[in-house]
Amino acid sequence: MSSNVLTRKDFISDQAVRWCPGCGDYAILAQVQKVMPELGIDRENIVFVSGIGCASRFPYYMNTYGFHTIHGRAPAVATGLHLARPDLSVWVVTGDGDALSIGGNHLIHMLRRNVDLKILLFNNKVYGLTKGQFSPTSNQGMKTKSSPFGSKARPFSTLALALGAEATFVARTVDTETQHLQEMIRRLANHRGSAFLEILQNCPVFNDGVYEDLKDRKIKSDHLLILENGEPLVYGADSNRELRLDTSAMRLYPARRDLSDDSVEVRHNEAAPDASLAMMLARAEGEDYPVPLGVLRAVREPTFEELSLAEGQAQRDAHGEGTLAELLYSPDRWKVD
Amino acid sequence: MSGNDEVPVEEIPSVVIRLVGDSGDGMQLTGGELTRAAALAGNDIATFPDFPAEIRAPAGSLAGVSGFQLQFSSGEIFTAGDAPDVMVVMNPAALRTNIRDLEKGGLLIVDTGAFKAKNLELAGYAENPLEDGSLADYRLVVVDISKHVTLTLKGEGLSTKDVFRTRNFYALGLLFWLYGRSPEAELEAIHRKFAKRPEIANANSKVFQAGFNFGETAELFESAYRVAPAKLPAGEYRNITGNEASALAILAAGRLADKPIFYGSYPITPASDILHYLSAQPRYGVTAFQAEDEIAAVTASIGASFGGSIAITGTSGPGFALKQEGIGLAVIAELPLVVINVQRAGPSTGMPTKPEQSDLMQALYGRNGESPVAIVAPSTPADCFDSMLDAIRIAVEHMCPVVYLSDATLANGAEPWRIPAPESLQPIQVNHRIEADGFSPYIRDPNTLARVWAVPGTPGLEHRIGGLEKEDGSGNVSYDPENHQHMTHIRQAKIDRIADRLPPAEIFGDPEGDLLLVGWGSTFGPLRQATIALRDQGHAVSHMHLRFLNPLQSNVSEALLKFRRVLVAEMNMGQLRTLLRDRFLVDAKGLNKMQGQPFQIREVVHAARELLTEVPAETIK
Repeated sequence: MSSNVLTRKDFISDQAVRWCPGCGDYAILAQVQKVMPELGIDRENIVFVSGIGCASRFPYYMNTYGFHTIHGRAPAVATGLHLARPDLSVWVVTGDGDALSIGGNHLIHMLRRNVDLKILLFNNKVYGLTKGQFSPTSNQGMKTKSSPFGSKARPFSTLALALGAEATFVARTVDTETQHLQEMIRRLANHRGSAFLEILQNCPVFNDGVYEDLKDRKIKSDHLLILENGEPLVYGADSNRELRLDTSAMRLYPARRDLSDDSVEVRHNEAAPDASLAMMLARAEGEDYPVPLGVLRAVREPTFEELSLAEGQAQRDAHGEGTLAELLYSPDRWKVD
Repeated sequence: MSGNDEVPVEEIPSVVIRLVGDSGDGMQLTGGELTRAAALAGNDIATFPDFPAEIRAPAGSLAGVSGFQLQFSSGEIFTAGDAPDVMVVMNPAALRTNIRDLEKGGLLIVDTGAFKAKNLELAGYAENPLEDGSLADYRLVVVDISKHVTLTLKGEGLSTKDVFRTRNFYALGLLFWLYGRSPEAELEAIHRKFAKRPEIANANSKVFQAGFNFGETAELFESAYRVAPAKLPAGEYRNITGNEASALAILAAGRLADKPIFYGSYPITPASDILHYLSAQPRYGVTAFQAEDEIAAVTASIGASFGGSIAITGTSGPGFALKQEGIGLAVIAELPLVVINVQRAGPSTGMPTKPEQSDLMQALYGRNGESPVAIVAPSTPADCFDSMLDAIRIAVEHMCPVVYLSDATLANGAEPWRIPAPESLQPIQVNHRIEADGFSPYIRDPNTLARVWAVPGTPGLEHRIGGLEKEDGSGNVSYDPENHQHMTHIRQAKIDRIADRLPPAEIFGDPEGDLLLVGWGSTFGPLRQATIALRDQGHAVSHMHLRFLNPLQSNVSEALLKFRRVLVAEMNMGQLRTLLRDRFLVDAKGLNKMQGQPFQIREVVHAARELLTEVPAETIK
């Protein structure tokens, strides 16, 4: 093990980064490289696994172990790797097309199993590498080369999908909120179990400005709700807005703090065993709604690896380490002289 | 009447028995028990279970008929026999679908209690065949098993349904008497098998004993039979199916390599038993992962291989198709991986429980790009053990995917296996790169061309691999035209050079002659037995059965040229034949059977003789 203190530079590989100028991926890469040394994990014990898409080039730029696999399959490859090698810190880098379209099945089952993996989902709401088709998170009606009259399908709510798949850690951030992005990467790294981080990321070529409301300094505070555990869901330039619970419809809705009504104040509780509040936050979408950023859910449950190791140990305790002789010489054998 | 001293006992060299009934009648279980008894008595055995894909087709229907054929013998045998000498029939549908196979003069044991109007109608019989003289060609023995079990279990408090379900053990008891098997071991086995339901264990024991006693006292048969123990080579034996042998070899490989095993699979007939077997054995260091789909099964295995495990993924034809992109990733990433394809009749869902050998081309050429893999094919249930060890050795020593082509016949068929002494098994050499000096991920062994296997966790060897073309040596992404040409050749040469380690293909018979029978996989039994028969008839026929299909062993070309005629018998349209013609410009003929049934010996003999006498026949294509 290397005892040297690592720095950001230690995590930069010798490969030239080849994303388009202005791509949000640069910021994400820089923040991941910045946070990595803080984690206290030796480089050789870190693996970045990706699928296909712009985001999936990520492993080439990290000076760790890396595996750039095939479209949509990174969660499955990473699951096999971490089941075989639970000693490693394994990160999955994926995009909205990779994770939610071709790889949707692997994503939900990885989350359901609570495999101890860190998932960075770069959501730019478009297919970039294949030059601009609508993705499973594209806004309905989006005009692209493959939807010249507007896309017809509704987008996934990414976080609701993750929560519905029983994810034990669900968070969201945006590529331009540097400090918040760093903090979320730290939280992700420290979670035991499937940790899912959606990073809203701008594609300057095929979907520029899709998150403009969250980036424009003049208006962003009216559109961003930064979740603080234990705090009410307050946002807005003058902190005068709040997501409150409409008990008649059992949903969060945007209210003014200076106007009282029948709604109930909600204090965020990321550790609630029940995912209902997190789900309400994930579904808090619409014209007048802010976008919640932060940790929606963080609960500790046994990981798939822990259960798998325990099963093996219990069997060895009960029946011993299997030997080759024991394996071959079954009790129902017979002898021929 | 005190019975069996009045019944003569006849010594016979071998017998072929087929048990047929509804899929709910327990024919597979009964067949398994009869097989075990024959094995324990020292006979050579071979079995062919033949069952429908439906778990329970409507009771009594033709679609729901399940069969189990076994041959036990005092001499060496290679197949479960062409045609049964004895058939045990549990209902009219089973009679209707199977009777044409019974040898004339064969013994036909029928449960008359199941031949009621409703079952007769379901089977499409207008008249009861037991009464209309249509079975006059056979030695018909009728027993009202249904009534006997009802009487035997009267007062036991079992439901009518549970009582009816013991009929197979009555038939088993009858057969135990007929072939002089000791009932004690079976009674113990019944109590073990049904330990969780003592009332059922008790009922099955009683019924089994009743069947045995009825054989002894009722003078149903003109003779009882004995099959002497076979003169098998000395050693310890166990009865084994192909799927068990494959799974056993996977666990053995973990011990021989001192490495953890990863088995990624998705449930699919007829491969699932391997997953079941391995899932129960985590103490041997195997992680059996039931994935969400076939693609996850292969890609998770590739992830485990990247992490340094011996990784295997198992499936059947349709699942193999889904895995192909993943296998391509293992080709370009140059990671060891064994892909089991327990072949079944296709295309599409096809006939899931029936064997075919129609995925050879899929294994060779089913991926995008020039994507060579090694291919190994076991030839008998017991041979699955050695073949799987070969497949794993090739994968880890040559850093490549190896496709292992079993099939439904091998998977479920059983035979005695001479257990190898643990110390006789060669260790599996796995070398992980440790030294950082001079490391890059695509540097190669100069002989095998295998790249280094550097696993995460090794300091100083941090590197990135993936599905994009790699520059040789450095492993960096490369679109260089010359490099791609070079790497395409390297990946092929790496597979070709596996031939350097392979022993020559064995020729059974003389090294030259009039006809060489060529086969691969589960056709070994009928081809070998047909060769023996043809040679006994004075024909200059030899048999070459290929375990290695890619690369082919280096003597194959020469062997083919030493015979006037070459006949490739396969359960497909001629995939190996096409390959041999392509590689060696040899005028190989084909014998091709696509019925979801193994070759019969006589079919092979017939085709060979037609070819030997140069008579063009419709059956030879």
